[in-house]
Amino acid sequence: MLMLVCPYCGVTAEETEFAPGGEAHLSRVGPDGSDEAFEAYLFARANPKGVHLERWRHAYGCGKWFLAARCTATLEVFGTYPAQSKGPPPAVLDRIADRRGAGAAARVGRGAPDAS
Amino acid sequence: MSRYSVFAIVREGLRHHTGWPRAWASPEPRARYDAIVVGAGGHGLATAYYLGRNHGITDVAVLEKGWLGGGNTGRNTTIIRSNYLQDPSAAIYEKSRALYETLSQELNYNVMFSPRGVMMLAQTEHEVRGYRRTAAANALQGVETEFIGPRRVKELCPIMNIDGPRYPVLGALWQPRGGTGRHDAVAWGYARACSQMGMHIIENCAVTGITVEGGQVRGVDTTRGPIGCDRLGLVVAGHSSQLADMAGFRLPIESLCLQALVSEPIKPCMDVVVMANTVHGYMSQSDKGEMVIGGGTDGFNNYTQRGSHHHIEETLRALVETFPMLSRLKMLRQWGGIVDMTGDRSPLISKTPVGGIFVNCGWGTGGFKAIPGSGWAMAELMAKGEPGPLAAEFSMFRFREGRFIDESVAAGVAH
Repeated sequence: MLMLVCPYCGVTAEETEFAPGGEAHLSRVGPDGSDEAFEAYLFARANPKGVHLERWRHAYGCGKWFLAARCTATLEVFGTYPAQSKGPPPAVLDRIADRRGAGAAARVGRGAPDAS
Repeated sequence: MSRYSVFAIVREGLRHHTGWPRAWASPEPRARYDAIVVGAGGHGLATAYYLGRNHGITDVAVLEKGWLGGGNTGRNTTIIRSNYLQDPSAAIYEKSRALYETLSQELNYNVMFSPRGVMMLAQTEHEVRGYRRTAAANALQGVETEFIGPRRVKELCPIMNIDGPRYPVLGALWQPRGGTGRHDAVAWGYARACSQMGMHIIENCAVTGITVEGGQVRGVDTTRGPIGCDRLGLVVAGHSSQLADMAGFRLPIESLCLQALVSEPIKPCMDVVVMANTVHGYMSQSDKGEMVIGGGTDGFNNYTQRGSHHHIEETLRALVETFPMLSRLKMLRQWGGIVDMTGDRSPLISKTPVGGIFVNCGWGTGGFKAIPGSGWAMAELMAKGEPGPLAAEFSMFRFREGRFIDESVAAGVAH
């Protein structure tokens, strides 16, 4: 079973305690956005077979949203981090680079705006 | 290749079954084909078959990274129905169901289509209203369904507890000509028919890249070398996003795991298919006697073809009130398939931003029932370059234009 660590309350728990929320780091399109931009925001998804940055909610715990880096091909979790982040923190990127190579870390680091 | 018939069985019986030929050939790939279909599951093979049968295009290769029918075609719960609310869905699923009626004769291969009847239980007032509306819509669409009361439900499926207490059965949407089929046989039958037309079915041949020049597809790179083509059909379900990525565009798709399971085989006790969408479960009995059970998808993106145990536990926990006998059954096997879910849970049969590349995907949790109709529509799209009436509404660009095909009332999760 998938195990996740809530970055807010620090609890390590099974996936039944969390609710998945889809791809992370999607930027909301404003009222002057084009149809293409709204389509990309609402529907087009990277859906990678590999490292995926995604949203989770600690539904049966503190109730807060957080983000996770997880491999969709093996279910390995590289780390979780607060929902307010613009991209995965260095510790998570290092872990991805360690486990999947620098290319994989660069892809998810570059995919998120203002990754720091 | 020989025709299957009662005479062939007698002849082979007399010579110890030594004369059966291979059902389909395994040729080496050529350098190019008129058309390539990626994915030798039901939808891909049906696409190739109707390219030849309806449009006379037989210079076709079907590429498969694994073995034929080893993806979702071999992993579903084999339910066939067409009781959809929206006109575009009802049209393509009913076309498909109608093709299933005569598919065994057409392919000379027994796909064991069993129109035993499908009932979708209404267990809340909301569902009663929804299914009455669907029955009315189906009457207009020419799909034979009716809304039946709880007593008729009990007559058709005596093992059911219709009294609740939590979710009493208030009625059902009944489609008497829905049912089940033999999933592997559908893939094998289409493969044999394609092979007889001279098409190449190439297994263990994964596509690793797509060559695009000037916005037009030129061919694919595979683990067995590059293969050229003018027309490329991507019919790969859960891995559609990866193929689209190779061609340089994105799809409105996320890949999730959907599980199913079967019980130990028991004596015949249920001769209809029952779907209970409020509690996320559906069940039928296979010819071997196993109860075949499915539920909703797991929640997160997943390519592992194995799901989380708590989902099948939830499915059984929900079904056991309606089918109390399940509490005494042992479950034998569980498996998962990777389903491609679109934003509106309806499929894509569409042109793409790249010339000559067409996609047929997004069938989500309900692709098996659609195999013949999907292949029919996709073949027309690939042959003519423009969608016919069946495929027109299923364009991938509907998400930009806001023309969704929202089937939530008709199908909910078990779609």
